[in-house]
Amino acid sequence: MASKLTRSNRAGWLMALPGAGLIATFIILPFFLAFAFSLTNQRLVSPNPTEYVGFENYSDLLGLAVFTLEPERDEAGNAVIKDGEIQYPRLRNFTRRNPDYPHLQGKREWFSWQSGENRTVVLASDVVFMRALVNTFLFVLVVAQVQSGIALGLALLINQKLRGISFFWAVYFMPVVVSIIVVSILWKFIYSPGDGLLNSLLSWLTFGAFSGIDWLGNTATALPSIMAMSIWQGVGFHMVIWLAGLQTISPTLYEAAEIEGSSKWQTFRYVTWPGLRNTAVLILIVITMQAFALFAQIDVMTSGGPLDSTQVLVFQAVERGYGKQDISGGSTISVILFLIVLCISILQRWLTREKT
Amino acid sequence: MKMTPVLAAILSTGVAGGAVAQTELSLWYHGAGSANAEEALVNQLVEEFNASQSDWAVVLETFPQGAYNDAVGAAALAGELPDILDVDGPVMPNWAWAGYMQPLGIDEAKLEGFLPGPIGRWNGEVYSVGLWDAAVAMTTRRSTLEDNGIRVPTLDAPWSLEEFNGALATLAATGDYEFPLDLGMAWTGEWYPYAFSPFLQSFGGDIVDRSTYQSAEGVLNGDAALAFGEWWQSLFTNGYTPGTSQDAADRETGLLDGKYAIAWNGNWAALPVVEAFGDDALFLPAPDFGNGATIGAASWQFGVSGTSDNPDGARAFIEFALQDRWFSAFSDGTGLIPVTSTAAANTANYKPGGALEVFYGLSEAQALVRPVTPGYIVSAKVFEKALADIANGADVADTLDAAVDEIDADIEANGGYGH
Repeated sequence: MASKLTRSNRAGWLMALPGAGLIATFIILPFFLAFAFSLTNQRLVSPNPTEYVGFENYSDLLGLAVFTLEPERDEAGNAVIKDGEIQYPRLRNFTRRNPDYPHLQGKREWFSWQSGENRTVVLASDVVFMRALVNTFLFVLVVAQVQSGIALGLALLINQKLRGISFFWAVYFMPVVVSIIVVSILWKFIYSPGDGLLNSLLSWLTFGAFSGIDWLGNTATALPSIMAMSIWQGVGFHMVIWLAGLQTISPTLYEAAEIEGSSKWQTFRYVTWPGLRNTAVLILIVITMQAFALFAQIDVMTSGGPLDSTQVLVFQAVERGYGKQDISGGSTISVILFLIVLCISILQRWLTREKT
Repeated sequence: MKMTPVLAAILSTGVAGGAVAQTELSLWYHGAGSANAEEALVNQLVEEFNASQSDWAVVLETFPQGAYNDAVGAAALAGELPDILDVDGPVMPNWAWAGYMQPLGIDEAKLEGFLPGPIGRWNGEVYSVGLWDAAVAMTTRRSTLEDNGIRVPTLDAPWSLEEFNGALATLAATGDYEFPLDLGMAWTGEWYPYAFSPFLQSFGGDIVDRSTYQSAEGVLNGDAALAFGEWWQSLFTNGYTPGTSQDAADRETGLLDGKYAIAWNGNWAALPVVEAFGDDALFLPAPDFGNGATIGAASWQFGVSGTSDNPDGARAFIEFALQDRWFSAFSDGTGLIPVTSTAAANTANYKPGGALEVFYGLSEAQALVRPVTPGYIVSAKVFEKALADIANGADVADTLDAAVDEIDADIEANGGYGH
């Protein structure tokens, strides 16, 4: 086998050349460039020379600090309480030009919790990046589970020999073919506050008991709204992959199961599911990678708002690299994203490995 | 203009014949597929210039606006910039600083009588000139104000902060409107700094300290800016104006449909209002929040690229364009504001008694260009996010502090942007 690869297959290499060349030019080379840029202060538009800055971009993104905020005290030394809440000095007194706290300079509150009278605050150099990181993981976690689950359900429904079933194939697959930008704009109208489509529908279904929700303008509903829309858009694609997996399972296995008198659930559990093993691994990895690349929906629908509740890594990379002309900052986010996806893919491969 | 076939034939052979001796100049323009007559007018401008002299032949290439700035950036990296560029006013210093553009070098006497916005200056030199400007106004109906006992403000006596807040409270109390005020929060991007930074300036703050352009400390997070931020947030907490999730369709038609009482909107959106309300339509100056009333200025302008081999030809083309008849033609074709009063007199909408005449006065009296610095591109983005966050309930002082830190860090990372 090994000799076949190396010996006299010039034609084979020649045929691989266009694809391999494109991948090298547009994927591999930019990746190494991104890594190189992340160690410099490269700008998009600038007459200034590029300088090597080491890992400064990384520390600017990832810097964290913990700080304990003591309450304001009155003359007797008791904590000042106003309207039932303990009063604290403003964080900006410590984080802005305070020579006693140089390690807090420029950092902002990410989250905090109460411990006795004190408030413990976790500060980040780049709160927006941290929120983007958390949102991206949340998005991947939810979408990977729900999208693959629904896709499997649809594939099982559709994998029947019924009249007109191809109509349903088309319906479920349609959102995949439509440009994500168009889908995002349509869903923006659906989620529109006040008398938007979704609000009108819900209000009609509940005989007016439902009052309108500002789906994309509310920090609690914005990310879930985008998750729901993304799942709807992508589910058809994964349904087709599940379907391909389902059709590789030999009908004789189902016949045997039927003769043995197995129930529907038993058939699924002991025939279908083991037969879908490789498909499941593929789908999990593909959805994970696609979900990490979330960008267009955010760009069109929310621009990361409200209050950073829909910030995600790729959007931040583009926003910094092009919007704010900071190529090095955008590259740094890309490299971090690459490392995260790489680790997760390796972990998934290891968890789903063939146990012999 | 009607052309007989013979005349057209002579003209076209004249152009073709002349092209042999003419040096070609490339011109890039952002208006591909524009909804109005803009693209046709630029074509006509190029054709007439080419026919008017025998040295230069301008070749026009148009781009969709969304892709234009990226195309210029890519061309600059590849060393393929055209001879003549068109550039959005506030972006010009960034391109000039990066060497994408060179000083225009035209006689400044030619710019006399121009509105201030269309002249693009950077580092003491004129780099770009526009054939038009744009202005924003508080758009409403006379009957709306009079029915509710609200004073109609004038350029000399604009609304004060108390008066404006009072007007919004009165209009909200009528219950006739979904929102008394429409700020256009659906229009993300350049609209935020263009339309809203004048409010901040009217409070006494700014996006960046214009005396040095080295920091935003104290101007974007000083007392005036904090007062602005608190007021800005109150517009949303009081329910006076729709938030960042505003439906873009409502932004277009909300005022006409009676959903909103007052809309903060540009002259480009004014004609439908006049058509719908006739004499009842009102275009009012920006309120004075204590430090004078201002509106944004500067639209798209022409300039010479930094790498052009034929700056003389590029200059000749731009000088050819700087004629009242072109200002009038573009104004009639696009609804934009002509840059001289003499040109305005010959337009349909801006002549004395014209439907949009008031905008010329607004532009003349209140216009203030956005910060003239290469760093504006970044600070505008930071400002946009800060305003969106405050509108959505973020702490005012912390948000403005963070914006200042980001702007200052960017200025430092760029070595002070050459000021």
